[in-house]
Amino acid sequence: MTGRFPPSRPYTADAVPEVQSKTRRRLRVLAASMPVVVLGALLLAPTASAGWFLPQTDGSPNADGIRTLYILITVIGLVIFVGVEGLLIYSMIRFRARKGRVAAQIHGNTQLEIGWTVGAAAILVFLTVFTFLLLNDIKNPAASQIDSNGQPIAAAHAQFASTDQPAPPGGNSLNIKVIGQQYSWNFQYPQIDDKRVYAYNDMYVPVGMTVTLDVESVDVAHSWWIPQLGGKADAIPGYTNKMWFRIPVDAIPEGQDRVVYGGQCAELCGRNHADMVARVIGLRFDDWKSWYDSKAQQLKQAQDEGAAERKQLESSEGQ
Amino acid sequence: VAAIGARPQIIAHEVDRPRRGWVQWLTTTDHKKIGILYLCTVLVFFVLGGVEALLMRIQLGTPENTFLTPEKYNEILTMHGTTMIFLVIVPVWAGFANYFLPLMIGARDVAFPRLNAWSYWMFLFGGIALYASMFFTPPEAGWFSYVPLSLKEFTPSNGQEAWIYMVHLTGLSSIIGAINFIATIHNMRAPGMGWGRMPLFVWTILIYAYLIILALTSLAASVTMLLLDRNFGTNFFDPNEGGSALLWQHLFWFFGHPEVYILVLPAFGVFSEILPVFARKPIFGYKAIAAATAGIAFLGMLVWAHHMFATPMSTVVLAFFMLSSFLIAVPTGVKIFNWVATLWRGTVEWTVPLLFCVGGIATFLMGGITGIFLAVFPVDWQLTDTYFVVAHFHYTAFGASAFAMVGALYYWFPKMTGRKMSEGLGRVSFVLFFIGFHLTFLVQHSAGLDGMPRRIYEYSSSAGWEVQNLISSIGSWVLALGILLTIINMVRSLKRGVIAGPDPWKANTLEWFTTSPPPVNNFDVIPRVRSVEPMKDIRRQIERQTGAPQRFEAGKPMVRA
Repeated sequence: MTGRFPPSRPYTADAVPEVQSKTRRRLRVLAASMPVVVLGALLLAPTASAGWFLPQTDGSPNADGIRTLYILITVIGLVIFVGVEGLLIYSMIRFRARKGRVAAQIHGNTQLEIGWTVGAAAILVFLTVFTFLLLNDIKNPAASQIDSNGQPIAAAHAQFASTDQPAPPGGNSLNIKVIGQQYSWNFQYPQIDDKRVYAYNDMYVPVGMTVTLDVESVDVAHSWWIPQLGGKADAIPGYTNKMWFRIPVDAIPEGQDRVVYGGQCAELCGRNHADMVARVIGLRFDDWKSWYDSKAQQLKQAQDEGAAERKQLESSEGQ
Repeated sequence: VAAIGARPQIIAHEVDRPRRGWVQWLTTTDHKKIGILYLCTVLVFFVLGGVEALLMRIQLGTPENTFLTPEKYNEILTMHGTTMIFLVIVPVWAGFANYFLPLMIGARDVAFPRLNAWSYWMFLFGGIALYASMFFTPPEAGWFSYVPLSLKEFTPSNGQEAWIYMVHLTGLSSIIGAINFIATIHNMRAPGMGWGRMPLFVWTILIYAYLIILALTSLAASVTMLLLDRNFGTNFFDPNEGGSALLWQHLFWFFGHPEVYILVLPAFGVFSEILPVFARKPIFGYKAIAAATAGIAFLGMLVWAHHMFATPMSTVVLAFFMLSSFLIAVPTGVKIFNWVATLWRGTVEWTVPLLFCVGGIATFLMGGITGIFLAVFPVDWQLTDTYFVVAHFHYTAFGASAFAMVGALYYWFPKMTGRKMSEGLGRVSFVLFFIGFHLTFLVQHSAGLDGMPRRIYEYSSSAGWEVQNLISSIGSWVLALGILLTIINMVRSLKRGVIAGPDPWKANTLEWFTTSPPPVNNFDVIPRVRSVEPMKDIRRQIERQTGAPQRFEAGKPMVRA
């Protein structure tokens, strides 16, 4: 389209014919080696050390779903990466300026250009479909593996994704309010048997139970994140964000009484942002229940003592 | 082409006496001088921003390091981001466009030369306002200044006001500059240069200018609201008073994502100019590249909330921004394919400008692919606000913009100074630049996957991130050395570089038609443009008229350097 000027002789020399066939052969080799590369990546990816190549997970269904999606995109991305970088390096070396070589004066190729536009779009359509297939299991809480008395129950499927995070099917879940503040996390547990419990920085939960979180903030924006238990939920003052996880019921190693997952605030929240850490500690249901009861006891005792002191102080001031 | 051999026609009456010394730099309205002022100022800020990056890498090189206090770290973090975005990459394209846009379209200056000078001085004073705060209380709420952290209650220092002032001054500078570029491009092109014959760098500057007008005006409104909230009792962003903390994020990223394309589109323009010159081949699919530029800009206005996937949002909104982010990969991919096809069957000369362009494309491709991971919102829930994102946007912003700006420097330095930069030193610089960059940022993907959040001033040795961070910190010094070599090369070549002549690369566009450096009026006679590659046409005509070969022959060095 740009070569309106009739090209004169020295500018129109085509590339040497035998070059073309050699080029084609090498391209074919490149194309043939692609499935091997992809297969290798597929096989290596899950076994490779998680932190270097893959997002972390320890069996929470949402984190598992995210990792599956990540692997899929990695495979597609690797094919594109190897293909395009390969072509780039190949053209740099193969078509390097040498004596006697003449550049082919090509202005474009409409079919080819339409082809790669449609091709790129097709890959993205495929990715979209795949994302929505997995989205359900990532966004919506899965059914709890145990009921509210700690008894195992049969697996059930989650409902399809909706605008808000729905309650987990089966009705068994533990809802904890997570409140970010400079620079700690406050966890408010639901009322059980007339007892109220709250805690800071260490969140104790029963394994196998679906835990839903209402993430809030009282000062600046924070972000709740325990990498092995799924994604982030920004804690923004004035809003309630939703997040959930379910530690597998068999996550506690043999001979131990707990499983610990670390994480820290992921949104810049001030000077001590790096020190705003949190842990989720999974206990067996009975252990968790006794932790809950003793925590409630401790809090009540502290509250009573505080009230007594206040009363004493008030009465002494009143005299 | 009647221009060849024609005698200059200069009308000399009523011409001001030329000023000399430093006064000429203070009072100039010449687009070339202003361009050089821009580029020199950008260089100073680039070094400052780079030193800030090195300080952060020293702090993070080892766990539990106490080299920087948390306060200092946050200040340096804020200064680094703000400097590189507002004081380096946006104005570097204003600098190159100032110098080369009028030359490339065959104009004698920009449409409004005095306004142009004003743009430059506002940019300079914006930068000085920000850096003056370094001596008092620098801003520390990050370059994105999320509320409520940036409100007076949580960040009481006046550094935040300095930051707002800088955004206003540089924003006005960019908006006025953009109006100038648009007026120039629309009205002052050489005879025969229709939209379909305009150089692709000019195309990208045109789109860059429109994006600046759309995005930076929005930012100006947002920071004004922040200023009012901080000092005059309004409550746009305070949730306790009926304001919304999310409003700032929406407004900021409504500017912030088009801004990404403001940084990167002119870099694409540089790739599209330099590749065909050194492949000795026309650009592959000129119309597709120009259309893709416009497509990226349009879609770039519709993807802002993908920066906010972890905030409270409904699935519909999440899905929309995922799809729009996917869509933008299509025109971007088209450009990359076209660049590769431009090299294909060419005779590729491995000059330093070309190496920086190809290195930039190779790097940017990686950033584009990690962008797909981040566009898929469930995956983004894991990756956002981690070092994976830090790696991603350095692969795109540094990969495209910084590689392109160094490539552009090597490519256009002969035109600006009349001398070529050393190719040998340039090659060494490129190798260090390329290796240093990937050493610094490739492992940051792993650090992010392993759970390392962004913007933390320290990490514990039990976190398991030492190896990644050590590699990254070593890489940052290799990268710095590469940049230092280019700066040395530049300073050295000012006096000692090989004399370039008007067209050392045998390039395609009109800036090479005039002398190096060009005279004040750029062209005595402006040739008629007949294709995207007017210089090729002119050389062809000379060859036909004189019989002397003008074409470059593959494998033969053109100018020794």
